[in-house]
Amino acid sequence: MALETTTHDLEEAVIKFAGDSGDGMQLTGTQFTTNSALFGNDLGTFPDFPAEIRAPIGTVAGVSGFQLHFGSKEIFTPGDICDVLVVMNSAALKSNIRNIKKGGIIIANTAGFDAKNLKLANMTSNALEDDSLTNYTVIKIDVTRMTREALTDIQLGMKEKDRCKNMFVLGFLYWMFNREMDNTIKFLNDKFGKKPEVLEANLRVLKAGYSYGDTTETFNTRYKVEKAVMPAGTYRSIMGNQATALGLVAASKKSGLPLFLGSYPITPASDILHDLAKYKSFGVKTFQAEDEIAAITSAIGASFGGSLAVTTTSGPGMALKTEALGLATVLEIPLVIINVQRGGPSTGLPTKTEQADLFQAYYGRNGECPIPIVAAQSPSDCFNAVYEACRISVQHMIPVILLTDGYIANGAEPWRFPKESELEEIKIEFAKPMAEGEKFMPYARDEKLSRPWAIPGTKGLEHRIGGLEKQNITGNISYEPENHEFMVKLREEKVERIANYIPEQKIDSGPSKGKLLVLGWGGTYGALKAAVRELNEEGFAIAHAHLRHMRPFPKNLGEILNNYDKVLIPEINNGQLVKIIRDKYFIDAMAYNKIQGLPFFKSELMDKIRETLK
Amino acid sequence: MAETITATNGEVLTAKDFATDQEIRWCPGCGDYSILKQVHTILPQLGLKQEDIVFISGIGCSSRFPYYTETFGMHSIHGRATAVASGLKAARPELSVWIVTGDGDGLSIGGNHTIHLLRRNFDMNVLLFNNEIYGLTKGQYSPTSPENKVAKSTPFGSIDHPFNPIALALGADATFVARSMDRDPAHLQNMLLRSYKHHGSSFLEIYQNCNIFNDMAFESYTEKSTKKDEALFMVQGQPLVFGANNEKGIKLDGFKPVIVNLEEGASKDDLWIHDEHDMVKANIISRFFDHVDVEGHLPRPFGVFYQTTRPTYEDMMSQQIAQVISAKGEGKLDKLLAGSETWVIE
Repeated sequence: MALETTTHDLEEAVIKFAGDSGDGMQLTGTQFTTNSALFGNDLGTFPDFPAEIRAPIGTVAGVSGFQLHFGSKEIFTPGDICDVLVVMNSAALKSNIRNIKKGGIIIANTAGFDAKNLKLANMTSNALEDDSLTNYTVIKIDVTRMTREALTDIQLGMKEKDRCKNMFVLGFLYWMFNREMDNTIKFLNDKFGKKPEVLEANLRVLKAGYSYGDTTETFNTRYKVEKAVMPAGTYRSIMGNQATALGLVAASKKSGLPLFLGSYPITPASDILHDLAKYKSFGVKTFQAEDEIAAITSAIGASFGGSLAVTTTSGPGMALKTEALGLATVLEIPLVIINVQRGGPSTGLPTKTEQADLFQAYYGRNGECPIPIVAAQSPSDCFNAVYEACRISVQHMIPVILLTDGYIANGAEPWRFPKESELEEIKIEFAKPMAEGEKFMPYARDEKLSRPWAIPGTKGLEHRIGGLEKQNITGNISYEPENHEFMVKLREEKVERIANYIPEQKIDSGPSKGKLLVLGWGGTYGALKAAVRELNEEGFAIAHAHLRHMRPFPKNLGEILNNYDKVLIPEINNGQLVKIIRDKYFIDAMAYNKIQGLPFFKSELMDKIRETLK
Repeated sequence: MAETITATNGEVLTAKDFATDQEIRWCPGCGDYSILKQVHTILPQLGLKQEDIVFISGIGCSSRFPYYTETFGMHSIHGRATAVASGLKAARPELSVWIVTGDGDGLSIGGNHTIHLLRRNFDMNVLLFNNEIYGLTKGQYSPTSPENKVAKSTPFGSIDHPFNPIALALGADATFVARSMDRDPAHLQNMLLRSYKHHGSSFLEIYQNCNIFNDMAFESYTEKSTKKDEALFMVQGQPLVFGANNEKGIKLDGFKPVIVNLEEGASKDDLWIHDEHDMVKANIISRFFDHVDVEGHLPRPFGVFYQTTRPTYEDMMSQQIAQVISAKGEGKLDKLLAGSETWVIE
């Protein structure tokens, strides 16, 4: 008999699933995410996994987490701290206790709090038994035992049975948030259709988790988060790296150029390679090179041959590619370089996020070597950003760096995806064959200062290019002093002229003039937007602008900066954009920095903005 | 032997068509001139359209080569010609791609790319100009310089053990491995043609004299007085013989090669018959690498060490794409963008 329960309506909720790497928390999280998306919530997610593939079981190093923020209102981030924390063992509680709201709910698997697990987590006392969790509502469930009991008559080994325990938690959460379970049932059928025993076990435990909520007295409050009001359309869930891969395929299709990716595996960029390797039916060629240098130089070769050529990497790989970036700059050929930033320097924090490669993108090469830079601001925005990077690259005959980061690369959000017909064509033209007697000039230029893309196999266009300084128009080697200065200025002007072909900067939220402009770039978009919006609602006359084009800047940026008394530039680094802005516009822009491998919390941004306004 | 072949488009090309208007900047007397000449001589014989040929180089004296050859070309960065060429060939399998590199470019800074190119077996021709010295940086020892080499950076002699480029290429599972020299135009032309005709990665090591920083490094093999005794020219199906009157031969004693004298009782029937398709023999003969100063050293082999057939990377890449398209049909962007699960908000 079901007990009397009360249902609370919530505008938004943040849930974090945390457990051992082998506990299936990523899967549990994605299932709840899909369920929320299909139900019609707006949402944002962020997985948080350890750098080690299989750290020792039960240790803090092995804790894997998945955070989901969903709501009936617009959601811009995966949430600062959680309302509900699911912990499968002691280590998961230990590493996440800082991330839960006072008064929040902790759902704990008691089997993960035995003496052995406490020891593995270096905990001297059992937090579930002592009074350290008095500020929270703790729901203790022996998930391991309940799972085993639900499966007593199933012919599976204990290990395989225990593997179902994440489904118990998922079922319980579905009950707690008043959800249907159809999507997960379908998912399990698709996944385990060929293993009837495993399928039956998972379904049974999922339902057992749901029934547990329904029939026990442990808990009698349920929650409901209504559908969000979102623009009408067809949606899907998308992660940043997925969106980047899709954007590349789309740019290839809309430019008519075959796509070539030269890449070397590196966290957190590898998923772009994985995805593109699947898209062979689009003619995509992926080349897993022997190192980062071969990855970019093979792409340079493919670009010379007329492909939409791309290389994907993260900071350390970017460092290795710098000489080749200089070559692409002097060759003046298209190339898209994608840096999914992570914490640095050196190997740094491979699975954590950071925005500290902006200087590297701006300045990290020998000689005067300006390269246009585009940045993506959210998981789905990676699609638009990479599309724009491709457009600039092939239309201006220039390498372009796209900066994303680990936070948006692995985060997910609903995406009202475009139709092919809605995407703007990327018009390009290769140089035409030459008639007998005509001489081809490989460094002749158009009004954008871009040179012809003359691909091998075209009659009469035989020419040689290389890394030595060029004479303009002819492309011949030249060591003339005046020529070098001329060419350095010309390559810079070529980059600056891109400003004539990009949209003007817009204000994202807030008034067009006022006390404070919060200027951001990249993956901090959601947090900045959420913070500024909330302060706007509180009556503060502040605005938020977010940069897509980092180099060159939109032409009206200087004007915008002058419309505010103060400019605050929050970044997940030690202050990089702020220095570039100060240098270029001579304004007293203020920095706000966080360098913890973590994204900004809305709350800390709001505090900082309030303090700035004092 | 000014043979001409009509290209597929009906044009008759000559060596002159491959000369550019650029002033050649190699030192007078450099071995590179001869190699350039032999390449320009064989190019018209390939039946290719001029615009379908691409020369890619890295950095070093040899890497100036593309500037002097009227085809498409790229003078890339140090050591990376092989990688640039791999991307180009993957993207455009129909092009004839040639890599010009040197012992520093291809075996030191770019050694990694060289071995990976060979194992992948792109259908390209690697011309490795080996002069056993760094010329462009003015005279440091290279990874092929012999031990004890006194050079700018090794005033007391080099303590580096040198690479054996042929053995290295075989170790990387190259499908065509050959050696020639700048001072034997006929042999070099022949090896260039063989390299081109091989479908797969062709690795051709060319001994090239740097008359400024390492003059006469290969004189034992190139000079009339010693060439016949020190250079062993391998011919498919023929016994390994050398010497002024071809009086010396190589015999295999188990797996150990020994020199025998045909004028002193040895029989031609007992000699090693060269078989470029035999990997075991190729591995043994690739190790004829002792310096001429070593007592009892074997002669240095020239010609094709090894040749085999294996599918090329670019062919397999294209096949895989064709197979997926024939199984699934051409990709539809709208379907891809929608993914597997969508929902509608009214």
